[in-house]
Amino acid sequence: MPGTYSANAFTLAPASPQAAAISQLFVGTLIFLGAILALVTLLVIYAVIRYRDRPGAPAAQQNFGWRKLEIIWTAVPTLSLAVLSVFMVRTMIASDLPTADAKPDLRIVAHQWWWEIYYLKTGVVTANEIHIPVGKRLLVDFRSADVIHDFWVPAIGRKIDIVPGHPNRLWIEADRGGTYLGACAEFCGNEHAWMRIMVIADSPEEFAAWMKDQAAAPPGPTTAEEQRGLAIYRKSICINCHVNSVGPDLTHIASRRTLAAGALDNTPQNLAAWLHDPEDFKPGSNMPNFRLRDDEVWALVAYLETQK
Amino acid sequence: MKEVAIPEALGAESFELEARTGWLSWVTSVDHKQLGIMYMLGAFIFFLVAGVLALLMRVQLAVPYNHFLSPQAFNQFFTMHGTTMIFLVVVPMLVGFATYMVPLMIGARDMAFPRLNALSFWVQIFGGLMLYFSFATSGINGGAPAAGWFAYAPLSETAYSYGPGVNYWILGLLGIGVGTLTAGINLMATIISMRAPGMSLRRVPLFVWMTLITGFLIVVVMPILNAGLVMLLADRLLNAHFFRADTGGSAVLWQHVFWAFGHPEVYIMVLPAFGIISEVIPVFSGKPIYGYDFVAASTVAIAFLSLTVWGHHMFAVGLDNAFNLFFAISSMAIAVPTGVKIFNWTATMYQGRVRFTTAMLFAISFILMFTIGGLSGVAFAVVPIDWQLTDSYFVVAHFHYVLFGGTTFAIFAGAYYWFPKITGRMLDERWGKVHFWLTFIGFNMTFMIQHVLGMLGMPRRVFTYPALPGWEAMNMISTIGAFVLAFAVLIFMINFVISLRSGKIAGDNPWDAWTLEWATTSLPPAENFTRVPPIRGRRPLWDIAHPDRTDEMMTRVAG
Repeated sequence: MPGTYSANAFTLAPASPQAAAISQLFVGTLIFLGAILALVTLLVIYAVIRYRDRPGAPAAQQNFGWRKLEIIWTAVPTLSLAVLSVFMVRTMIASDLPTADAKPDLRIVAHQWWWEIYYLKTGVVTANEIHIPVGKRLLVDFRSADVIHDFWVPAIGRKIDIVPGHPNRLWIEADRGGTYLGACAEFCGNEHAWMRIMVIADSPEEFAAWMKDQAAAPPGPTTAEEQRGLAIYRKSICINCHVNSVGPDLTHIASRRTLAAGALDNTPQNLAAWLHDPEDFKPGSNMPNFRLRDDEVWALVAYLETQK
Repeated sequence: MKEVAIPEALGAESFELEARTGWLSWVTSVDHKQLGIMYMLGAFIFFLVAGVLALLMRVQLAVPYNHFLSPQAFNQFFTMHGTTMIFLVVVPMLVGFATYMVPLMIGARDMAFPRLNALSFWVQIFGGLMLYFSFATSGINGGAPAAGWFAYAPLSETAYSYGPGVNYWILGLLGIGVGTLTAGINLMATIISMRAPGMSLRRVPLFVWMTLITGFLIVVVMPILNAGLVMLLADRLLNAHFFRADTGGSAVLWQHVFWAFGHPEVYIMVLPAFGIISEVIPVFSGKPIYGYDFVAASTVAIAFLSLTVWGHHMFAVGLDNAFNLFFAISSMAIAVPTGVKIFNWTATMYQGRVRFTTAMLFAISFILMFTIGGLSGVAFAVVPIDWQLTDSYFVVAHFHYVLFGGTTFAIFAGAYYWFPKITGRMLDERWGKVHFWLTFIGFNMTFMIQHVLGMLGMPRRVFTYPALPGWEAMNMISTIGAFVLAFAVLIFMINFVISLRSGKIAGDNPWDAWTLEWATTSLPPAENFTRVPPIRGRRPLWDIAHPDRTDEMMTRVAG
């Protein structure tokens, strides 16, 4: 079982100017709509109490309506919605910046049921966890490998569908450091629930260090056990899927926080349990159960833990 | 006052009252009352099935990392729950109310096309059975469809839904779609051509008005769905390329086709409910509806606007912001005529004498619950808010406030209101109040909290979830609420059975109502009326009871 998360995915706790613009509009709209609800509720409650049927109550007045009142309660909502739509347009401009001419920094390819992340300027490839430097605006190019998915990290900003045959682009940024949780928001089949994603906003120095590690080759296996793990990795066809985007690239798997797109925390024990039987944690995922022996699992874990 | 003989109905040969009895009299029936009852009972059975699916899902979601249901089962269940509630519960239930009540309310002997009426019902039922046969398909890819009730391509294509489930879904919906379409035609034809003398379109009860407009929407949009379904079926069975991007089709096209049908469908499910409320609130306030013309005209406005708002389901697709803006404005605009209705219902109660019958309690809380659903709908019309909240639990809460807090509350109001006419006995009011309060509490407990879950980032349609802060407790509350709601339905069923057997005898007009269905006996005779009372206004029975101050006199004085 994964542990509890310290970060949250609250739409009203923005970590970027775009998310802040939406959050502000959302709060304002909630207050406006809440006031209307309060008004209607009070009118209804007053009516049913004041005019309830009881002994001695006056007979019901047979009135059929009053045109002026009808015009008022048509016009006032129309005008207030017109005002709301002005705020809406302002927020649309602030939260969905034009993407036309820029070159993307990142490409995110959504798969059933994980995320593949390419840093286009350095060639780094990773999965399910997006590191970004605080204060820098990055253009993301979204592609789908199969069905429609949706990228949604509430603290970072708007969600966007990832539609096959319809590439989308979005500027993302964070103005304070932290881990921001999100998930695929468009139902995409069996394991839609475990297609979670996180954005990790590092300080520029941390980010540079992370990028340097990711761009370099990992330390690699040294002990006999680790060497054996590598042999199994190559022989047992793990490699067939994990080098050609059927499954996530594992070059730096040990540096990630979660496994299986958020289904488990990334610990050696969890990795071993996952290798024993992926169906236990992510039933219906494309990772098969290879029926590995205990010693094979632990050799694989030993090898994969060197992939920092 | 002179009573008027009703004109010969179209298809009047169907009134030869043959001596059929027992179940055969139902199976072979072309009588609008029998068909109306069968529509409603059929819809109620599917309501129970969809409710059980919902409870199973709520058990699965009660705690995080739950293994009660497999993801395959969960995904099939929410697909079937949504499809069933929309196509086999809400629409047929409202069509059933209309099929039973409209001919009575307009002083007709039957529907315009009685045989077509039977066809509509049976095609709809067999479509529903076809859909449910999918559960019986075997094999690793067998089982019910699992692509969601809007079956987005390419997930619904053979490449990602290998099994036959989606084929059953398409064929079942085609059957249901044909049934609904013909029912819509029949209701329109009945209302346009079968009204009793004096019953002008400015005098028909508002339920009839809403049914007429619903019929119009059905006729306009069901063909869009049926066309889309045929295209998807061609993709799946004939290797066509309508919605497959890899071979030149477009996944976005399916969304346009589906929602061009799908959003007006929401109004098909809501307008007749508005109609029920527009009957119940005046009767139990002792007053005519406030602003009849405006309630009727706002319905027409809603119907036309509803054809122009489908794009608000697609704000997250990443289409041009000009597209988004158009649909945002049209979606906000639809709130205005809806608000007009809310205000008129509320104003109807002012200076009245409000009787707290169970029907009225459901109708009053309908106003409040529907207002919540309508206002969260306005939030979704605001594009950037939609960008955050669409496909989250906030949207699940929103549409349940519209379709349960709204439509289903109205259906219960209508059930308590018309049960005496349909069965000749009253539904028990004490059980009714228990039913009402449990429904009210259970409903709000289940769905209010889901607004917050959505704001906290929980996506919809997940079979399980991590233990993020707050998610566990809120999901547990929602699950408990769902069981309270289910218990309320059980109370309703007990009340229904007891009242049917030994309820108080109703008499012709137990509520002091004014529309024509209360002028005949409870149960109505096979031919509905031998004589229809004179119709000089919107409340014929009021006019008879108050010859000194008929509606005509009072409106003339009021100007």
